[in-house]
Amino acid sequence: MGIRIEHLSYIYNEGTTFSKTALSDINLTIADGEFIGVIGHTGSGKSTLVQHLNGLNIPTSGKIYVDGKDIHKEKESLRSLKSKVGLVFQYPEHQLFESDVLKDVMFGPRNQGLSDSEAMMRAREALRLVGLDESVEKKSPFDLSGGQKRRAAIAGILAMEPSVLVLDEPTAGLDPKGRDEILDLTAELHEKKGISVILVSHSMEDVANYVSRIIVMDEGKILYDDTPEKVFVHVKELEAVGLAAPEMVYVMKALREEGFDVDYSADTVDLARREILGALAGKNRKC
Amino acid sequence: MQTEIVKGTDITYEYVHYDENGKVDFSETALRGVSLDVRPGQFIAILGHNGSGKSTLAKQINALLLPSTGTMVVDGHDTKDASKLWDIRQTAGMVFQNPDNQIIASVVEEDVGFGPENMGVPTKEIWHRVKRSLKAVGMWEKRGESPNRLSGGQKQRVAIAGVMAMEPKCIILDEPTAMLDPGGRKEVIDAALELNRERGITVILITHYMEEVIKADRVLVMDRGKVVLTGTPREVFSKVELLRKYRLSVPQVTQLGFELQKAGLDLPDGILTIQELVTELKRLRGGSDGNQD
Repeated sequence: MGIRIEHLSYIYNEGTTFSKTALSDINLTIADGEFIGVIGHTGSGKSTLVQHLNGLNIPTSGKIYVDGKDIHKEKESLRSLKSKVGLVFQYPEHQLFESDVLKDVMFGPRNQGLSDSEAMMRAREALRLVGLDESVEKKSPFDLSGGQKRRAAIAGILAMEPSVLVLDEPTAGLDPKGRDEILDLTAELHEKKGISVILVSHSMEDVANYVSRIIVMDEGKILYDDTPEKVFVHVKELEAVGLAAPEMVYVMKALREEGFDVDYSADTVDLARREILGALAGKNRKC
Repeated sequence: MQTEIVKGTDITYEYVHYDENGKVDFSETALRGVSLDVRPGQFIAILGHNGSGKSTLAKQINALLLPSTGTMVVDGHDTKDASKLWDIRQTAGMVFQNPDNQIIASVVEEDVGFGPENMGVPTKEIWHRVKRSLKAVGMWEKRGESPNRLSGGQKQRVAIAGVMAMEPKCIILDEPTAMLDPGGRKEVIDAALELNRERGITVILITHYMEEVIKADRVLVMDRGKVVLTGTPREVFSKVELLRKYRLSVPQVTQLGFELQKAGLDLPDGILTIQELVTELKRLRGGSDGNQD
Protein backbone atom coordinates (compact mmCIF):
# COMPACT_ATOMS: atom_id res chain seq x y z
CA MET A 1 0.00 0.00 0.00
CA GLY A 2 1.75 3.14 -1.21
CA ILE A 3 1.72 6.51 0.50
CA ARG A 4 2.42 9.72 -1.39
CA ILE A 5 2.84 13.10 0.29
CA GLU A 6 2.80 16.24 -1.82
CA HIS A 7 3.79 19.73 -0.62
CA LEU A 8 2.70 19.00 2.92
CA SER A 9 2.94 21.90 5.38
CA TYR A 10 1.67 21.98 8.94
CA ILE A 11 1.43 24.96 11.26
CA TYR A 12 0.53 24.58 14.95
CA ASN A 13 -1.83 27.30 16.30
CA GLU A 14 -2.08 29.01 12.94
CA GLY A 15 -3.22 32.63 13.13
CA THR A 16 -2.28 33.07 16.80
CA THR A 17 0.84 34.55 18.37
CA PHE A 18 1.93 30.98 19.19
CA SER A 19 1.88 29.97 15.53
CA LYS A 20 4.72 27.56 14.78
CA THR A 21 5.56 25.94 11.47
CA ALA A 22 6.23 22.28 12.21
CA LEU A 23 6.46 20.99 8.64
CA SER A 24 7.15 22.88 5.46
CA ASP A 25 6.74 21.56 1.93
CA ILE A 26 7.34 17.86 2.54
CA ASN A 27 7.37 15.62 -0.53
CA LEU A 28 7.68 11.91 0.04
CA THR A 29 6.75 8.59 -1.53
CA ILE A 30 6.63 5.40 0.52
CA ALA A 31 6.34 2.18 -1.44
CA ASP A 32 4.74 -1.05 -0.34
CA GLY A 33 6.75 -3.14 2.11
CA GLU A 34 9.47 -0.62 2.92
CA PHE A 35 11.32 -0.47 6.26
CA ILE A 36 12.03 3.20 6.88
CA GLY A 37 13.73 5.01 9.73
CA VAL A 38 12.85 8.62 10.56
CA ILE A 39 15.49 10.48 12.58
CA GLY A 40 15.82 14.08 13.72
CA HIS A 41 16.43 16.07 16.90
CA THR A 42 13.62 16.71 19.38
CA GLY A 43 11.25 19.20 17.79
CA SER A 44 12.39 18.56 14.20
CA GLY A 45 8.91 17.50 13.10
CA LYS A 46 9.26 13.68 13.09
CA SER A 47 6.21 12.98 15.21
CA THR A 48 4.13 15.67 13.50
CA LEU A 49 4.96 14.06 10.16
CA VAL A 50 4.09 10.49 11.11
CA GLN A 51 0.86 11.65 12.75
CA HIS A 52 -0.25 12.81 9.31
CA LEU A 53 0.04 9.30 7.90
CA ASN A 54 -3.14 8.06 9.55
CA GLY A 55 -5.03 11.32 9.35
CA LEU A 56 -4.49 12.32 12.98
CA ASN A 57 -3.07 15.68 11.93
CA ILE A 58 -4.81 17.49 9.09
CA PRO A 59 -2.39 19.27 6.74
CA THR A 60 -2.42 23.07 6.76
CA SER A 61 -1.67 22.74 3.06
CA GLY A 62 -0.68 19.91 0.70
CA LYS A 63 -2.08 16.48 -0.02
CA ILE A 64 -1.64 12.94 1.28
CA TYR A 65 -2.56 9.99 -0.91
CA VAL A 66 -2.87 6.46 0.41
CA ASP A 67 -3.46 3.79 -2.22
CA GLY A 68 -3.87 6.63 -4.70
CA LYS A 69 -6.75 8.21 -2.76
CA ASP A 70 -6.65 11.67 -1.22
CA ILE A 71 -7.27 10.83 2.43
CA HIS A 72 -8.88 14.16 3.29
CA LYS A 73 -11.32 14.23 0.39
CA GLU A 74 -14.03 12.01 1.84
CA LYS A 75 -14.83 11.09 5.44
CA GLU A 76 -15.07 7.40 4.60
CA SER A 77 -11.48 7.11 3.37
CA LEU A 78 -10.26 8.66 6.62
CA ARG A 79 -12.11 6.05 8.68
CA SER A 80 -10.72 3.09 6.74
CA LEU A 81 -7.30 4.75 6.84
CA LYS A 82 -7.07 4.28 10.62
CA SER A 83 -7.24 0.54 10.02
CA LYS A 84 -4.70 0.59 7.22
CA VAL A 85 -2.10 2.70 8.99
CA GLY A 86 -1.48 1.70 12.60
CA LEU A 87 0.25 4.29 14.76
CA VAL A 88 2.07 3.30 17.94
CA PHE A 89 2.72 6.41 20.01
CA GLN A 90 5.65 7.16 22.31
CA TYR A 91 5.19 5.32 25.60
CA PRO A 92 2.14 3.47 24.21
CA GLU A 93 1.73 1.60 27.50
CA HIS A 94 0.33 4.81 28.99
CA GLN A 95 -2.73 4.16 26.86
CA LEU A 96 -3.50 0.73 28.25
CA PHE A 97 -6.75 1.08 30.14
CA GLU A 98 -8.88 -2.09 30.17
CA SER A 99 -9.31 -4.44 33.11
CA ASP A 100 -7.40 -7.22 31.40
CA VAL A 101 -4.89 -7.54 28.57
CA LEU A 102 -7.16 -9.44 26.18
CA LYS A 103 -9.93 -6.84 26.44
CA ASP A 104 -7.45 -4.06 25.93
CA VAL A 105 -6.18 -5.57 22.69
CA MET A 106 -9.77 -6.26 21.54
CA PHE A 107 -10.67 -2.57 21.81
CA GLY A 108 -9.35 -1.64 18.34
CA PRO A 109 -10.95 -4.43 16.29
CA ARG A 110 -14.23 -3.94 18.18
CA ASN A 111 -14.18 -0.28 17.17
CA GLN A 112 -13.68 -1.42 13.60
CA GLY A 113 -17.08 -3.06 13.89
CA LEU A 114 -16.00 -6.67 14.37
CA SER A 115 -18.04 -9.00 16.56
CA ASP A 116 -16.70 -9.96 19.99
CA SER A 117 -15.65 -13.42 18.82
CA GLU A 118 -13.85 -12.05 15.77
CA ALA A 119 -12.21 -9.33 17.85
CA MET A 120 -11.06 -11.96 20.32
CA MET A 121 -9.51 -14.06 17.58
CA ARG A 122 -7.68 -11.02 16.23
CA ALA A 123 -6.54 -10.05 19.72
CA ARG A 124 -5.21 -13.53 20.49
CA GLU A 125 -3.37 -13.66 17.19
CA ALA A 126 -1.83 -10.22 17.82
CA LEU A 127 -0.75 -11.20 21.34
CA ARG A 128 0.97 -14.34 20.02
CA LEU A 129 2.68 -12.22 17.35
CA VAL A 130 4.24 -9.97 19.97
CA GLY A 131 5.27 -12.96 22.06
CA LEU A 132 2.71 -12.77 24.88
CA ASP A 133 1.14 -16.13 25.72
CA GLU A 134 -2.24 -17.10 27.14
CA SER A 135 -1.11 -16.66 30.74
CA VAL A 136 -1.13 -12.85 30.43
CA GLU A 137 -4.55 -12.56 28.79
CA LYS A 138 -6.50 -12.30 32.04
CA LYS A 139 -3.91 -10.20 33.85
CA SER A 140 -4.38 -6.51 34.41
CA PRO A 141 -2.21 -4.66 31.89
CA PHE A 142 -0.79 -2.72 34.83
CA ASP A 143 0.71 -5.85 36.37
CA LEU A 144 2.94 -6.54 33.37
CA SER A 145 6.63 -5.60 33.18
CA GLY A 146 7.69 -2.53 31.19
CA GLY A 147 8.64 -4.49 28.09
CA GLN A 148 5.49 -6.65 28.26
CA LYS A 149 3.28 -3.58 28.60
CA ARG A 150 4.81 -2.08 25.52
CA ARG A 151 4.29 -5.31 23.58
CA ALA A 152 0.66 -5.48 24.72
CA ALA A 153 0.16 -1.91 23.49
CA ILE A 154 1.67 -2.80 20.11
CA ALA A 155 -0.60 -5.86 19.94
CA GLY A 156 -3.54 -3.47 20.32
CA ILE A 157 -2.54 -1.84 17.06
CA LEU A 158 -1.65 -5.09 15.25
CA ALA A 159 -5.09 -6.51 16.08
CA MET A 160 -6.50 -3.97 13.65
CA GLU A 161 -4.37 -5.64 10.94
CA PRO A 162 -2.76 -2.51 9.52
CA SER A 163 -0.67 -2.79 6.35
CA VAL A 164 1.55 0.06 7.49
CA LEU A 165 2.91 0.16 11.03
CA VAL A 166 4.28 3.45 12.35
CA LEU A 167 6.23 3.30 15.61
CA ASP A 168 7.24 6.54 17.36
CA GLU A 169 10.31 5.82 19.47
CA PRO A 170 9.18 2.34 20.48
CA THR A 171 12.30 1.56 22.53
CA ALA A 172 12.52 4.69 24.73
CA GLY A 173 13.08 3.74 28.37
CA LEU A 174 13.61 0.02 27.72
CA ASP A 175 16.68 -1.96 28.78
CA PRO A 176 19.02 -3.18 26.01
CA LYS A 177 17.41 -6.62 25.80
CA GLY A 178 13.95 -5.03 25.71
CA ARG A 179 15.11 -2.75 22.91
CA ASP A 180 16.35 -5.71 20.86
CA GLU A 181 13.11 -7.63 21.49
CA ILE A 182 10.89 -4.82 20.22
CA LEU A 183 13.07 -4.15 17.18
CA ASP A 184 13.41 -7.86 16.31
CA LEU A 185 9.64 -8.14 16.58
CA THR A 186 9.22 -5.21 14.19
CA ALA A 187 11.66 -6.74 11.70
CA GLU A 188 9.81 -10.06 11.91
CA LEU A 189 6.44 -8.40 11.21
CA HIS A 190 8.02 -6.68 8.25
CA GLU A 191 9.50 -9.90 6.85
CA LYS A 192 6.78 -12.43 7.60
CA LYS A 193 3.65 -10.34 7.22
CA GLY A 194 4.95 -7.94 4.61
CA ILE A 195 3.90 -4.95 6.73
CA SER A 196 5.55 -1.64 5.83
CA VAL A 197 7.29 -0.24 8.88
CA ILE A 198 8.12 3.37 9.65
CA LEU A 199 10.33 3.64 12.71
CA VAL A 200 10.93 6.98 14.44
CA SER A 201 14.07 6.67 16.53
CA HIS A 202 16.72 8.56 18.48
CA SER A 203 19.15 5.66 18.23
CA MET A 204 21.39 5.83 15.19
CA GLU A 205 22.70 2.35 15.99
CA ASP A 206 19.19 0.85 15.91
CA VAL A 207 18.36 2.57 12.66
CA ALA A 208 21.61 1.34 11.09
CA ASN A 209 20.85 -2.21 12.18
CA TYR A 210 17.31 -2.48 10.89
CA VAL A 211 16.12 -0.08 8.19
CA SER A 212 16.86 0.11 4.47
CA ARG A 213 15.99 3.79 4.04
CA ILE A 214 16.43 6.79 6.33
CA ILE A 215 14.59 10.08 6.32
CA VAL A 216 16.41 12.80 8.26
CA MET A 217 14.22 15.66 9.49
CA ASP A 218 15.46 19.10 10.49
CA GLU A 219 13.40 22.23 11.16
CA GLY A 220 10.31 20.71 9.58
CA LYS A 221 12.08 19.79 6.34
CA ILE A 222 13.61 16.65 4.91
CA LEU A 223 17.38 17.00 5.10
CA TYR A 224 18.29 13.59 3.66
CA ASP A 225 16.28 10.69 2.25
CA ASP A 226 18.56 7.82 1.31
CA THR A 227 20.06 4.45 2.30
CA PRO A 228 21.76 4.33 5.74
CA GLU A 229 25.22 4.00 4.16
CA LYS A 230 24.71 7.18 2.17
CA VAL A 231 23.07 9.14 5.01
CA PHE A 232 25.69 8.30 7.65
CA VAL A 233 28.53 9.58 5.46
CA HIS A 234 27.34 13.08 6.40
CA VAL A 235 28.74 12.91 9.93
CA LYS A 236 29.38 16.66 10.33
CA GLU A 237 25.98 17.66 8.97
CA LEU A 238 24.19 15.16 11.21
CA GLU A 239 26.02 16.44 14.29
CA ALA A 240 25.12 20.01 13.35
CA VAL A 241 21.43 19.12 13.58
CA GLY A 242 21.66 17.38 16.98
CA LEU A 243 22.17 13.86 15.64
CA ALA A 244 25.20 11.65 15.19
CA ALA A 245 26.40 8.76 13.09
CA PRO A 246 26.32 5.22 14.55
CA GLU A 247 29.38 4.57 16.71
CA MET A 248 30.82 2.17 14.11
CA VAL A 249 31.06 4.94 11.51
CA TYR A 250 33.35 6.82 13.93
CA VAL A 251 35.44 3.68 14.37
CA MET A 252 35.81 3.31 10.62
CA LYS A 253 36.73 6.96 10.29
CA ALA A 254 39.42 6.71 12.98
CA LEU A 255 40.87 3.58 11.37
CA ARG A 256 41.00 5.14 7.92
CA GLU A 257 42.88 8.10 9.36
CA GLU A 258 45.49 5.60 10.56
CA GLY A 259 45.78 4.11 7.09
CA PHE A 260 43.58 1.03 7.52
CA ASP A 261 41.83 0.02 4.32
CA VAL A 262 38.27 -0.09 5.67
CA ASP A 263 35.00 1.13 4.23
CA TYR A 264 33.26 4.16 5.73
CA SER A 265 29.84 2.72 5.18
CA ALA A 266 30.23 -0.10 7.73
CA ASP A 267 27.63 1.18 10.21
CA THR A 268 26.94 -1.98 12.24
CA VAL A 269 29.19 -4.07 14.51
CA ASP A 270 28.95 -7.01 12.12
CA LEU A 271 30.01 -5.00 9.07
CA ALA A 272 32.78 -3.28 11.02
CA ARG A 273 34.13 -6.65 12.19
CA ARG A 274 34.31 -7.88 8.61
CA GLU A 275 35.99 -4.71 7.41
CA ILE A 276 38.66 -4.89 10.11
CA LEU A 277 39.36 -8.58 9.62
CA GLY A 278 39.58 -7.98 5.87
CA ALA A 279 41.94 -5.05 6.28
CA LEU A 280 44.23 -6.97 8.65
CA ALA A 281 44.25 -10.06 6.41
CA GLY A 282 45.27 -7.87 3.48
CA LYS A 283 48.16 -6.39 5.43
CA ASN A 284 49.34 -9.67 6.86
CA ARG A 285 49.24 -11.70 3.67
CA LYS A 286 53.01 -11.83 3.54
CA CYS A 287 53.33 -13.37 7.01
CA MET B 1 34.22 7.90 61.62
CA GLN B 2 32.26 7.61 58.47
CA THR B 3 33.55 8.85 55.16
CA GLU B 4 30.81 7.73 52.79
CA ILE B 5 28.24 10.27 51.61
CA VAL B 6 25.81 7.46 50.87
CA LYS B 7 25.97 4.23 52.80
CA GLY B 8 23.31 1.61 52.30
CA THR B 9 23.52 -1.56 54.37
CA ASP B 10 21.63 -4.71 53.51
CA ILE B 11 18.55 -2.85 52.26
CA THR B 12 15.39 -4.70 51.36
CA TYR B 13 12.31 -2.98 50.08
CA GLU B 14 8.81 -4.30 49.49
CA TYR B 15 6.09 -2.59 47.51
CA VAL B 16 2.89 -3.47 49.32
CA HIS B 17 -0.41 -3.51 47.44
CA TYR B 18 -3.65 -3.02 49.35
CA ASP B 19 -7.17 -4.14 48.39
CA GLU B 20 -10.28 -1.93 48.59
CA ASN B 21 -10.65 -2.63 52.32
CA GLY B 22 -7.14 -1.46 53.09
CA LYS B 23 -5.90 -4.98 53.75
CA VAL B 24 -2.60 -6.18 52.35
CA ASP B 25 -3.36 -7.78 49.00
CA PHE B 26 0.13 -8.84 47.97
CA SER B 27 3.65 -7.46 48.10
CA GLU B 28 6.57 -7.45 45.72
CA THR B 29 10.17 -7.40 46.81
CA ALA B 30 12.04 -4.78 44.79
CA LEU B 31 15.32 -4.78 46.70
CA ARG B 32 16.85 -7.90 48.25
CA GLY B 33 19.77 -7.02 50.50
CA VAL B 34 21.49 -4.20 48.65
CA SER B 35 24.57 -2.57 50.14
CA LEU B 36 26.07 0.53 48.63
CA ASP B 37 29.02 2.74 49.56
CA VAL B 38 29.54 6.02 47.76
CA ARG B 39 32.39 8.31 48.73
CA PRO B 40 32.16 12.09 48.22
CA GLY B 41 33.13 13.17 44.71
CA GLN B 42 32.64 9.77 43.07
CA PHE B 43 30.79 9.23 39.80
CA ILE B 44 28.77 6.07 40.19
CA ALA B 45 26.67 4.46 37.45
CA ILE B 46 23.89 1.97 38.04
CA LEU B 47 22.83 -0.40 35.26
CA GLY B 48 20.07 -2.97 35.30
CA HIS B 49 17.09 -4.27 33.33
CA ASN B 50 13.59 -2.77 33.63
CA GLY B 51 12.27 -3.79 37.02
CA SER B 52 15.69 -4.66 38.46
CA GLY B 53 15.28 -2.16 41.30
CA LYS B 54 17.50 0.70 40.10
CA SER B 55 14.93 3.45 40.59
CA THR B 56 13.74 1.95 43.88
CA LEU B 57 17.32 2.11 45.11
CA ALA B 58 17.71 5.70 43.87
CA LYS B 59 14.59 6.76 45.74
CA GLN B 60 16.05 5.37 48.98
CA ILE B 61 18.93 7.81 48.69
CA ASN B 62 16.82 10.94 49.10
CA ALA B 63 14.26 9.32 51.37
CA LEU B 64 11.42 9.22 48.86
CA LEU B 65 11.26 5.58 49.96
CA LEU B 66 12.49 4.11 53.23
CA PRO B 67 14.05 0.66 53.59
CA SER B 68 11.74 -2.15 54.74
CA THR B 69 14.77 -3.63 56.49
CA GLY B 70 18.38 -2.47 56.57
CA THR B 71 19.59 1.11 56.73
CA MET B 72 20.37 3.97 54.40
CA VAL B 73 22.62 6.66 55.78
CA VAL B 74 23.06 9.87 53.77
CA ASP B 75 25.77 12.29 54.88
CA GLY B 76 25.58 10.86 58.38
CA HIS B 77 21.77 10.94 58.64
CA ASP B 78 19.67 7.78 58.77
CA THR B 79 16.85 8.26 56.24
CA LYS B 80 14.41 6.82 58.82
CA ASP B 81 15.01 9.84 61.04
CA ALA B 82 12.05 12.01 59.97
CA SER B 83 13.52 15.12 61.62
CA LYS B 84 16.44 15.00 59.19
CA LEU B 85 14.27 14.61 56.06
CA TRP B 86 14.99 18.10 54.71
CA ASP B 87 18.70 17.82 55.41
CA ILE B 88 18.73 14.58 53.44
CA ARG B 89 16.75 16.00 50.51
CA GLN B 90 19.12 18.98 50.45
CA THR B 91 22.12 16.69 50.41
CA ALA B 92 20.82 14.42 47.67
CA GLY B 93 18.88 15.98 44.78
CA MET B 94 17.14 13.98 42.06
CA VAL B 95 16.61 14.47 38.34
CA PHE B 96 14.04 12.24 36.66
CA GLN B 97 13.45 10.82 33.18
CA ASN B 98 10.83 13.15 31.77
CA PRO B 99 11.87 16.82 31.69
CA ASP B 100 8.26 17.94 31.23
CA ASN B 101 7.27 16.47 34.60
CA GLN B 102 9.79 18.44 36.64
CA ILE B 103 9.69 21.96 35.22
CA ILE B 104 7.11 24.15 36.91
CA ALA B 105 7.79 27.84 36.20
CA SER B 106 7.13 29.80 33.01
CA VAL B 107 10.61 31.30 32.82
CA VAL B 108 13.86 29.33 33.00
CA GLU B 109 15.51 31.34 35.79
CA GLU B 110 12.38 31.24 37.96
CA ASP B 111 12.25 27.49 37.59
CA VAL B 112 15.83 27.19 38.80
CA GLY B 113 15.13 29.56 41.69
CA PHE B 114 12.13 27.56 42.90
CA GLY B 115 14.14 25.06 44.97
CA PRO B 116 16.30 27.50 46.94
CA GLU B 117 13.28 29.79 47.46
CA ASN B 118 11.41 26.89 49.03
CA MET B 119 14.35 26.30 51.31
CA GLY B 120 14.15 29.90 52.54
CA VAL B 121 17.39 31.07 50.96
CA PRO B 122 17.63 34.92 50.97
CA THR B 123 16.64 36.52 47.64
CA LYS B 124 20.07 37.89 46.80
CA GLU B 125 21.64 34.51 47.40
CA ILE B 126 18.95 32.82 45.25
CA TRP B 127 19.90 34.92 42.22
CA HIS B 128 23.52 34.19 42.85
CA ARG B 129 22.82 30.46 42.87
CA VAL B 130 20.56 30.63 39.81
CA LYS B 131 23.31 32.31 37.84
CA ARG B 132 25.98 29.88 38.96
CA SER B 133 23.80 26.82 38.25
CA LEU B 134 22.63 27.94 34.82
CA LYS B 135 26.20 28.78 33.84
CA ALA B 136 27.39 25.37 35.01
CA VAL B 137 25.00 23.58 32.64
CA GLY B 138 25.49 26.07 29.81
CA MET B 139 21.97 27.51 29.94
CA TRP B 140 22.64 31.04 31.22
CA GLU B 141 21.85 32.60 27.81
CA LYS B 142 18.39 30.99 27.92
CA ARG B 143 17.53 32.31 31.41
CA GLY B 144 14.70 34.56 30.20
CA GLU B 145 13.05 31.99 27.92
CA SER B 146 10.01 29.88 28.46
CA PRO B 147 11.03 26.28 29.31
CA ASN B 148 8.47 24.84 26.89
CA ARG B 149 10.32 26.38 23.96
CA LEU B 150 13.51 24.51 24.82
CA SER B 151 14.67 21.20 23.37
CA GLY B 152 14.53 18.06 25.51
CA GLY B 153 18.26 18.21 26.26
CA GLN B 154 18.00 21.85 27.25
CA LYS B 155 15.02 21.16 29.52
CA GLN B 156 16.94 18.40 31.28
CA ARG B 157 19.88 20.76 31.81
CA VAL B 158 17.47 23.29 33.35
CA ALA B 159 16.17 20.53 35.63
CA ILE B 160 19.76 19.71 36.64
CA ALA B 161 20.42 23.43 37.30
CA GLY B 162 17.27 23.49 39.45
CA VAL B 163 18.68 20.70 41.60
CA MET B 164 22.14 22.29 41.67
CA ALA B 165 20.73 25.58 42.96
CA MET B 166 19.79 23.74 46.15
CA GLU B 167 23.53 23.03 46.46
CA PRO B 168 23.30 19.31 47.09
CA LYS B 169 26.46 17.34 47.73
CA CYS B 170 25.08 14.54 45.63
CA ILE B 171 22.91 14.47 42.49
CA ILE B 172 21.03 11.35 41.45
CA LEU B 173 20.03 11.20 37.79
CA ASP B 174 17.40 8.56 37.05
CA GLU B 175 17.52 7.82 33.30
CA PRO B 176 17.91 11.51 32.45
CA THR B 177 18.55 10.83 28.75
CA ALA B 178 15.88 8.22 27.96
CA MET B 179 13.74 10.67 26.00
CA LEU B 180 16.48 12.67 24.30
CA ASP B 181 18.10 12.76 20.86
CA PRO B 182 21.86 12.03 20.52
CA GLY B 183 22.78 15.73 20.83
CA GLY B 184 20.63 16.14 23.94
CA ARG B 185 22.06 12.97 25.51
CA LYS B 186 25.58 14.28 25.08
CA GLU B 187 24.66 17.69 26.58
CA VAL B 188 23.20 16.11 29.69
CA ILE B 189 26.03 13.63 30.26
CA ASP B 190 28.64 16.35 29.70
CA ALA B 191 26.82 18.58 32.22
CA ALA B 192 26.82 15.76 34.79
CA LEU B 193 30.51 15.05 34.23
CA GLU B 194 31.33 18.73 34.57
CA LEU B 195 29.51 19.00 37.92
CA ASN B 196 31.42 15.97 39.11
CA ARG B 197 34.89 16.87 37.82
CA GLU B 198 34.85 20.64 38.26
CA ARG B 199 32.69 21.05 41.36
CA GLY B 200 33.28 17.79 43.14
CA ILE B 201 29.57 16.94 43.34
CA THR B 202 28.90 13.25 43.82
CA VAL B 203 26.95 11.90 40.84
CA ILE B 204 24.86 8.75 40.75
CA LEU B 205 23.69 8.03 37.21
CA ILE B 206 21.08 5.45 36.33
CA THR B 207 20.88 4.66 32.63
CA HIS B 208 20.08 2.13 29.92
CA TYR B 209 22.74 3.57 27.61
CA MET B 210 25.92 1.59 28.15
CA GLU B 211 28.20 4.14 26.47
CA GLU B 212 27.18 6.81 29.00
CA VAL B 213 28.89 5.05 31.87
CA ILE B 214 32.39 4.52 30.51
CA LYS B 215 33.67 7.58 32.37
CA ALA B 216 32.19 6.53 35.73
CA ASP B 217 34.50 5.65 38.62
CA ARG B 218 32.46 2.59 39.43
CA VAL B 219 29.57 0.70 37.87
CA LEU B 220 26.95 -1.29 39.74
CA VAL B 221 24.87 -3.85 37.88
CA MET B 222 21.51 -4.78 39.33
CA ASP B 223 19.44 -7.86 38.59
CA ARG B 224 16.15 -8.71 40.27
CA GLY B 225 16.67 -6.52 43.31
CA LYS B 226 20.31 -7.37 43.92
CA VAL B 227 23.66 -5.88 43.04
CA VAL B 228 25.19 -8.71 41.03
CA LEU B 229 28.30 -7.10 39.64
CA THR B 230 30.42 -4.10 40.54
CA GLY B 231 33.70 -2.70 39.31
CA THR B 232 35.30 -0.16 37.03
CA PRO B 233 33.65 0.27 33.62
CA ARG B 234 36.44 -1.82 32.10
CA GLU B 235 35.99 -4.65 34.58
CA VAL B 236 32.22 -4.67 34.12
CA PHE B 237 32.21 -4.38 30.33
CA SER B 238 34.77 -7.19 30.04
CA LYS B 239 31.93 -9.53 30.98
CA VAL B 240 30.03 -9.35 27.69
CA GLU B 241 28.22 -12.69 28.02
CA LEU B 242 27.31 -12.20 31.67
CA LEU B 243 25.82 -8.75 30.99
CA ARG B 244 23.70 -10.23 28.22
CA LYS B 245 22.30 -12.66 30.77
CA TYR B 246 21.22 -9.66 32.85
CA ARG B 247 19.39 -8.20 29.79
CA LEU B 248 22.11 -5.61 29.32
CA SER B 249 24.71 -5.02 26.64
CA VAL B 250 28.08 -3.31 26.27
CA PRO B 251 29.04 -0.18 24.29
CA GLN B 252 29.28 -0.93 20.56
CA VAL B 253 33.08 -0.44 20.52
CA THR B 254 33.41 -2.98 23.33
CA GLN B 255 31.13 -5.36 21.43
CA LEU B 256 33.28 -4.94 18.32
CA GLY B 257 36.43 -5.69 20.34
CA PHE B 258 34.77 -8.79 21.75
CA GLU B 259 33.69 -10.03 18.31
CA LEU B 260 37.19 -9.46 16.92
CA GLN B 261 38.63 -11.38 19.86
CA LYS B 262 36.32 -14.28 19.08
CA ALA B 263 37.49 -14.14 15.47
CA GLY B 264 41.00 -14.80 16.73
CA LEU B 265 42.53 -11.35 17.16
CA ASP B 266 44.77 -10.91 20.17
CA LEU B 267 42.93 -8.01 21.86
CA PRO B 268 42.58 -7.22 25.58
CA ASP B 269 39.19 -7.55 27.30
CA GLY B 270 36.94 -4.55 27.82
CA ILE B 271 38.03 -2.03 25.20
CA LEU B 272 36.04 1.11 26.02
CA THR B 273 36.95 3.78 23.50
CA ILE B 274 37.55 4.08 19.78
CA GLN B 275 41.07 5.32 20.51
CA GLU B 276 41.93 2.19 22.51
CA LEU B 277 40.67 -0.04 19.72
CA VAL B 278 42.61 1.84 17.06
CA THR B 279 45.81 1.64 19.14
CA GLU B 280 45.39 -2.10 19.63
CA LEU B 281 44.68 -2.70 15.94
CA LYS B 282 47.75 -0.70 14.99
CA ARG B 283 49.79 -2.95 17.25
CA LEU B 284 48.31 -6.03 15.57
CA ARG B 285 48.95 -4.66 12.11
CA GLY B 286 52.54 -4.99 13.23
CA GLY B 287 55.34 -5.14 10.66
CA SER B 288 56.65 -1.73 9.72
CA ASP B 289 54.80 0.43 12.28
CA GLY B 290 55.09 -2.25 14.96
CA ASN B 291 54.90 -1.88 18.71
CA GLN B 292 55.74 1.73 19.33
CA ASP B 293 52.45 2.44 21.15
